[in-house]
Amino acid sequence: MRAQAPGNAVLNIAPSTRLTIQRGGTADYSVKAELQPGFHVNSNMPGDDYLIPIKLTWNKEPLEAGQVTYPKPQMEKLSFSTNPISVYTGTFEIGTRFKAPATAMPGMAFMNGKLRYQACNNKECLPPRTVDVRVTLDIQ
Amino acid sequence: MSKTFLGVGVGFMLACALLWTGCSKGSVKASVKSDAAAKPPEFKLQDAVGQPTPEFSLKDVNGQTVHLADYKGKVVLLDFWATWCGPCKVEIPWFIDFEREFKDKGFAVLGVSMDEDGWTVIKPYVKDRQMNYRILLGDDKVSASYGGLDALPTTLLISREGKIASVHEGVSMGKEEFKNAIAQLLEAPRASAPIRSRGALALLARPGSR
Repeated sequence: MRAQAPGNAVLNIAPSTRLTIQRGGTADYSVKAELQPGFHVNSNMPGDDYLIPIKLTWNKEPLEAGQVTYPKPQMEKLSFSTNPISVYTGTFEIGTRFKAPATAMPGMAFMNGKLRYQACNNKECLPPRTVDVRVTLDIQ
Repeated sequence: MSKTFLGVGVGFMLACALLWTGCSKGSVKASVKSDAAAKPPEFKLQDAVGQPTPEFSLKDVNGQTVHLADYKGKVVLLDFWATWCGPCKVEIPWFIDFEREFKDKGFAVLGVSMDEDGWTVIKPYVKDRQMNYRILLGDDKVSASYGGLDALPTTLLISREGKIASVHEGVSMGKEEFKNAIAQLLEAPRASAPIRSRGALALLARPGSR
């Protein structure tokens, strides 16, 4: 759908925990998501070109985001699909390994990103949504 | 000279004050009207059964502008869908069958795709599934005029008079129920048939008029 309807969020992102990282070092962070019962989101590789994959992206600074690691999807046979589709349900975590440049400014900072997803249940689909994700950093 | 100057000045100020008052009233009225236009009463699709269907003008696959009003006089199944919507796939084959079965009886299916990526994704999808009914590209404006379209599919059955006969959010009923509802609407007497048609029918019905 073209516009995002604000009132129909079925996926909640857990509040950010602080990530401590050394300059020149790396640290892992997980975005924790929880879906309302009965709903699913497509995995990052849904196996159908028409389906919208979940995708986590990060800004280019103050940290460098490495590869984003998606959890293993469930293959669900839904009432509307002839073949099982690759989805996430319930709670799941998407990991990212961050690297702090050696020249990074020490102190408190924020790493901002976006999570795009599209949720459905057996009877209907909600519009694709893009939500902001923010990590509080302690760069040492 | 100075009195004249003063008089002219006072007159000028009075004129300005009168003009300002008039303009001020005018601008207040205008702003009230503008506010009312900017914030229409919230339209809830589920409460709109029996109401006139919101009008729209959208492009079809050939770039032709389609107005919903063009379909007045026909029973219309208006389906808001998207290529990424799994449950929509369940209904599409039903709607293909309905179009085939009822199109010569004053019925049409209109599929309004809400895909952000537009015709690039819609065209191959329509071709793959051999969708035989008219597909239009939706936009934010049509979404807003239909209450926001919080979920897909959202399907409306529209009477020949252009009124909303039923609203179905999600896959809420089966093919046979849809088919029966369409058949009932097609059989329903035309509530607002043109007077000329009534006259013609009355003339035909009059004994000895043939």
